[in-house]
Amino acid sequence: MSSKLAKIEKRTAYLLILPSVLLVFSIILFPIFSNIWISFKNVELKDLRIPEPRAKKLVKSINDNPNQIKVIYKLRNSSLTQEITNVKFKDKYPDDIEPISLNNKCQFKSNLLKCELGNWPKKYRENLEIVFQNINNKEISKKELKSYKPKLSGKSQNILLTYEFTLNNFKKVIKDKAFIDLLSTTFYYTFFGTIGAIVFGILAAQMVNQKFFGRTFMRSVLLFPYVAPVVALAYTWELLLDPTSGTLNNLLINYQIIDRPINLLGQKYVTLNILGFDFKLRLALTTVIIFEIWRYFPLAFLFILARLQAVPKELYEAADVDGANPIQKFLNITLPQILAVISILFMIRFIWNFNKFEDIFLLTGGASGTRTLPINVYQQGFSIGDIGMGSAVSIVIVVFLLIFMFIYFKLLGKRADEN
Amino acid sequence: MKIKNIFTYCFISSLFLFSLICIWKILVTLQGIELTNFNFNKLFIFGIILCAINLLIGKKLNLNIKIILLALLFSIFDYFISTNLPIWYSFGIFLISLFFFNNIKDYDKNFLSKNHSSQKLFFNFLTLFGIILFSFVILFPFYMMLVTSFKTQALLLLNPLDFSINFAQGLPELFKSYFIVFKDYNFGRYMLTSTIVSLGTVIITLIFAIPAAYAVARLNFFGKNFLSTSILIIYLFPAIVLVIPLYTIFSQLGLRNSIEGLLIVYTATTLPVAIYMLQGYFKSIPKELEEAGIIDGQNWLGIIFKIILPLSLPAISSVALYVFMIAWNEFLFSLMFLDRPNTFTLSRAIQFLNVGAETPRQYLMAGSVVVTLPILIIFVYFEKYLVSGLTAGSVKG
Repeated sequence: MSSKLAKIEKRTAYLLILPSVLLVFSIILFPIFSNIWISFKNVELKDLRIPEPRAKKLVKSINDNPNQIKVIYKLRNSSLTQEITNVKFKDKYPDDIEPISLNNKCQFKSNLLKCELGNWPKKYRENLEIVFQNINNKEISKKELKSYKPKLSGKSQNILLTYEFTLNNFKKVIKDKAFIDLLSTTFYYTFFGTIGAIVFGILAAQMVNQKFFGRTFMRSVLLFPYVAPVVALAYTWELLLDPTSGTLNNLLINYQIIDRPINLLGQKYVTLNILGFDFKLRLALTTVIIFEIWRYFPLAFLFILARLQAVPKELYEAADVDGANPIQKFLNITLPQILAVISILFMIRFIWNFNKFEDIFLLTGGASGTRTLPINVYQQGFSIGDIGMGSAVSIVIVVFLLIFMFIYFKLLGKRADEN
Repeated sequence: MKIKNIFTYCFISSLFLFSLICIWKILVTLQGIELTNFNFNKLFIFGIILCAINLLIGKKLNLNIKIILLALLFSIFDYFISTNLPIWYSFGIFLISLFFFNNIKDYDKNFLSKNHSSQKLFFNFLTLFGIILFSFVILFPFYMMLVTSFKTQALLLLNPLDFSINFAQGLPELFKSYFIVFKDYNFGRYMLTSTIVSLGTVIITLIFAIPAAYAVARLNFFGKNFLSTSILIIYLFPAIVLVIPLYTIFSQLGLRNSIEGLLIVYTATTLPVAIYMLQGYFKSIPKELEEAGIIDGQNWLGIIFKIILPLSLPAISSVALYVFMIAWNEFLFSLMFLDRPNTFTLSRAIQFLNVGAETPRQYLMAGSVVVTLPILIIFVYFEKYLVSGLTAGSVKG
């Protein structure tokens, strides 16, 4: 009896999860694996259009003979790169009309013109001309002839499904001189974005954890950048930072802090002079990181605040009795309590910042030294149009991602053990 | 009493006062009023003097009278060193100094002789200043978005620092950009598409996720542990690695430029987090309730609909709101899949506006307000649910 129940339970379970599993498999897992397939192929954006045989029908009357008419089909292969095999042609004609002469490729039977046009190489063009006459010697209506549209079919190789593979994409990715630069930009962006978000998250959480008027309102306000759509925020920032008519530059000039506007999003380097040493700061990248911190510190804030509110008050009271100062209290009580949250937060944010695409894309489009790996996927795949290369870069991302996930789950497992 | 403590007290307090005044001055500048100097030296030194006076008076005077007196002194001083400023500016200065002296009214000689008094002082001020600065930095871009959408191109170029709203020009003139955005740029249609896509994603996701989450939370089957860990792993894969294969597949299947295609992708990408969040909640529902249902002769469907669903409405609402937010804000897939303006979502339409021919910025900002406002209203209204959704699903971002 119980085994029967268990069987029913199992069957129900599979039935309940099947739709979700299928959907996630086809839209998430299958694409990740097909990335591998595509990355070993030489595919470009223009290859994605399936080659089609096309025909344009022209109807011409023949001089002094209204009973006869000439039909010209302008045939062509739509693809500039691939051949179409076994092209078949079909067109319908009104009653009483017959072709005068036909070449051996075509047949005319019961008002239907059928042709076997064989194989068409790439860019192929041909004109098919047939003269028709009305059997009853009546005038042929051009309009009626034109109203029928020819139908063509043919087979073409789908470049995505062939078994030709190449290592060129990966060679290009790794040999690319900019690859090291790309990686360092990505890590720079990811690391400082993550650290910054966490530091500001801690500051904000410390602030909101104190009692003051309007505290709940403050908590909602702090989450605004995280919940608002990235498109709107990125463009607002772009206007804010604009060198000529942006608010920030005008404000700084107004108060004589700077004398020339700074193109914060369009300038790759800025030379800073600190204590007599010149050093170069990557300006556009830093600006993008600041936007990133502004947008994502709310998340860190939310997590850390939740943890802070769970810290027992007695700890602080005991510290007061011991005469600890605020810095000591923070270092010895607060920080150890939130360290676990911070480490998990760091890993998650690191993974997500590593893959962040929209923010940089909308702010700079990857220009002036802000090209990270995800931006590169887009540029290779869609700006340059080399789908294979784009996929190869995606694979690089996935490899890094798997490494990070491995570390993350190790960390998570360790935490679970400790608890 | 230590001299050092008095000195740090005066220094920190005056610096804090000056920072508040700076923020106020920036705000005033942004109302289009010409103000080019912070007057750091004079205000800072006068602030130190006033703080010292505050300490000297201590509790000898009624505290309220002391505050008003000092604030008045400060405002009058500021009024004399700055010229040609409207009266409301000085009134603002008065209110700020009132707030400031109210904060330091309790500090006297006794307080300063205590341990760590200067550190405490510093952190008190840092918190206050932090709250003000954070609110300013966060709210300013939103404020700018709103005000820019109320302006005209000429006004924006004339004085880029003028962020005042001129109500005198009448409402139709004020909301002109919105009329144009809805009429000429077809934003009504995009808004409808965005709403349909987001609500559709929520509904389909819930239809798929609730049974699956129930199975993962309650039923025993082979591969259950594997499934629940894979959910998390899959969830961590970003859209950018899916985009090329999905683009190739969708363009060959003719699913690009269609709302259906977008719905499929959004549902699939939000499903893992929805299942993850729901199963956690389902596990917390006592099993006895279901057993009672079984005894009553309910089948699995009956249990889900009559017992689980009513009990987990809060969790379902937070999942729904979270998924709605993700779908409404989503940008990458709509950029990749939609080329034809008649299928655009709001996010894609705004990007199209920006990339396309020189669109005046007030229209761009009006569009941004149109896409931002609904989500902020939903957030503020359903904050409790959305925050719990954010916390549970925040692995993603």
